[in-house]
Amino acid sequence: MIITRKSKAYRTFPPMHDMLAEPADVAVTQLAPTQVAAAGAGLVRLSAARPGDRGVIVEVGAQSHPGGHGVDVDELERRLLEFGFVEGAHIELLHEGAIRRDPIAVRLDDMRVALRRRDAEDIWIQLDAR
Amino acid sequence: MSELALRPARVALVGNPNTGKTALFNALTGSRQKVANYAGVTVERKEGHVTTASGRSLSVLDLPGTYSLRARSPDEAVTRDAVLGRLAGEAEPDVVVAVADATNLRLVLRLILELKAVGRPMVLALNMYDIAQRQGLRIDLDGLRRELGCPIVTTVATRKRGVDDLVAQVEALAAAGEIGGHANAWREPTAPEIRAAHREAQRILRAYVRPPERPDTLTGKIDAVLLHPVAGLAILLGLLFVMFQGVFTWGKWVGDQMGDGFTALGAFIAAHLPPGLLASFLTDGVISGVGSVLVFLPQILVLFFFIILLEDFGYMARAAFLMDRIMGGAGLHGRAFIPLLSSFACAIPGIMSTRVIDNKRDRLTTILVAPLMTCSARIPVYTLIIGAFIPDRTYWGFMSLQGLVMFGLYAAGIVSALGVSFVIRRVFWRGAVEPFLMELPSYKLPSAANVARNVLLRGQIFVSRAGRIIFPIMIVVWVLANVPGPPPGATEPAINFSVAGRLGHLLEPLLAPIGFNWQMTVALIPGFAAREVAVAALGTVYAVSDAGGNPGALATQLAHHWSLATGLSFLAWYVFAPQCASTLGVVKRETNSWRWPIIMFLYMAGLAYLTSFATYHLAVALGAG
Repeated sequence: MIITRKSKAYRTFPPMHDMLAEPADVAVTQLAPTQVAAAGAGLVRLSAARPGDRGVIVEVGAQSHPGGHGVDVDELERRLLEFGFVEGAHIELLHEGAIRRDPIAVRLDDMRVALRRRDAEDIWIQLDAR
Repeated sequence: MSELALRPARVALVGNPNTGKTALFNALTGSRQKVANYAGVTVERKEGHVTTASGRSLSVLDLPGTYSLRARSPDEAVTRDAVLGRLAGEAEPDVVVAVADATNLRLVLRLILELKAVGRPMVLALNMYDIAQRQGLRIDLDGLRRELGCPIVTTVATRKRGVDDLVAQVEALAAAGEIGGHANAWREPTAPEIRAAHREAQRILRAYVRPPERPDTLTGKIDAVLLHPVAGLAILLGLLFVMFQGVFTWGKWVGDQMGDGFTALGAFIAAHLPPGLLASFLTDGVISGVGSVLVFLPQILVLFFFIILLEDFGYMARAAFLMDRIMGGAGLHGRAFIPLLSSFACAIPGIMSTRVIDNKRDRLTTILVAPLMTCSARIPVYTLIIGAFIPDRTYWGFMSLQGLVMFGLYAAGIVSALGVSFVIRRVFWRGAVEPFLMELPSYKLPSAANVARNVLLRGQIFVSRAGRIIFPIMIVVWVLANVPGPPPGATEPAINFSVAGRLGHLLEPLLAPIGFNWQMTVALIPGFAAREVAVAALGTVYAVSDAGGNPGALATQLAHHWSLATGLSFLAWYVFAPQCASTLGVVKRETNSWRWPIIMFLYMAGLAYLTSFATYHLAVALGAG
């Protein structure tokens, strides 16, 4: 029951991560779901995507939680890029973990990569039309 | 004749993780390899030798896998520095072999572009080429060769296909060495430069690689089960159960036979030498010292067999994925899972395998908590005390009270390890855990030869490294427990007159509040060499002959001399106490500083004292004193 409720929360909000997340709330208020919808239909953060969601990466960044990743945001952005999270890449969310649906496993072009939702917050995906 | 023709040509293997780079290294060099450490760092240096068809000698270095020359972990820093020729005591390679998984070229193309900037002569080995062909993946080799400006060889390392061709290409480049390279133009790329490199890699890929006609769908199907939130965790637990069964039944059985062998050897020497210091040194110092290390070898080999098998299959990345959130709650990285798992056999291989963790703090946290996992050296102590103090009762027909206590002690170890790491990461090193970004490689059938070679290699490393640290410590502890010898006509056990005995008496007032008597305090000192030695030491102070081979007699003695509260306090002590000098020695080696072993000793001793104190007084209050 609790899990279902959480899953609904996920649909509308970027994930609110446990105690690690100090500035997470800021990110939530900055981009409320309505604004996301206004920015373009089918545009989602990778951190808010659900299994089966697929599309093309339109923007890769890491600015949302400075100091929240264990490395600085520029370093995180470069690591994401080096793993192939790059604008234009095809992506599909394959699996998610049991606790708070975290971490996630994605197919990224022709490879599979695992990462935490928290580190995927500034990766934006244009979902394919279903 | 250039200088290059006279010495072996230096070849470095560079590539992404999971490209079969190590399998290619094994196919190239066979058994002619040696493992050491790079000067000043604890990264493994794997070097092997090849002789070419024309008699030229090549020395091949297997560098740690990386996605970029921009290093994140100590391992990756070695790869960068080795390629750039910046490593102390290492010259730059004459030829770089870029190893790529032919079915997954995108990321490695970007790495190759970085390697091209370095300017060393390079050969590209397209490994796992058979899988690419089976999938119907078409690569325009000539076009790619022209585009990259370097020779390309297709290989199947597990079947040794293409290896001769690779050697011939490397030799040709090495011969042309002085004209082949250009000056190093590499520097750390910025985010826009990485994006540009991706576009370039994408262009090359589009131009020369046709996507597979029959892409691998098996990995996706297996993942649907193994990464399932419920089934996946259940399967992981099942695998762990089988692994533990393997370690504690097969591994322990062989180890016990070896232990009996060492005891017999000791008895043989004792019978053929005049009694005295020399006989005691050989039997109690050398043989039982070396023996106490080697009896763990079978368990460690079984454990590594499972770990390497699952690693080669591609499962370990999945295990880290499933465990990341659970470990993350305690401030540990998903990759800490394997080191902590290994620590159930022995903390030493566990601590040595923390090298896979990129971030220094994540790695140190894992090292600091690894000894809290119940290693197999605690089992003899737990068995002895449980046998002496816990009644052999069964509840509800199947729950044995003794078994429950044993389970409780294991659980206490796990919970305290998670608790301590939580405290470290929330109080001392606040801030987020390093990002968890990990490739989930395609599943592959492990090759028996590679698994066997790697298991043997791990065993060798354990014996040589651990042996080099443990053996001298055993000698020191023996000296402490035997020098000076007893005066003539003494009736008390000889250990009472030694340095260890005096130290034990000196420490007694300190340990009296936790319910320890002086005999226990004395036995703790030789027990510092290795946990299970305390059993033999207790036998010595209570003058029970052959306590190791006959624990029943010693248990009866202990039940007679100790209160239940003291017994429980001793168990609590053993969950936490830093009773293993070898572990501290390995921590010193892995961290290159005395600071961390000292911190480990102090926090573990502190926890042990506090828990024993609480256990003892609680038990006394409940009437067990």
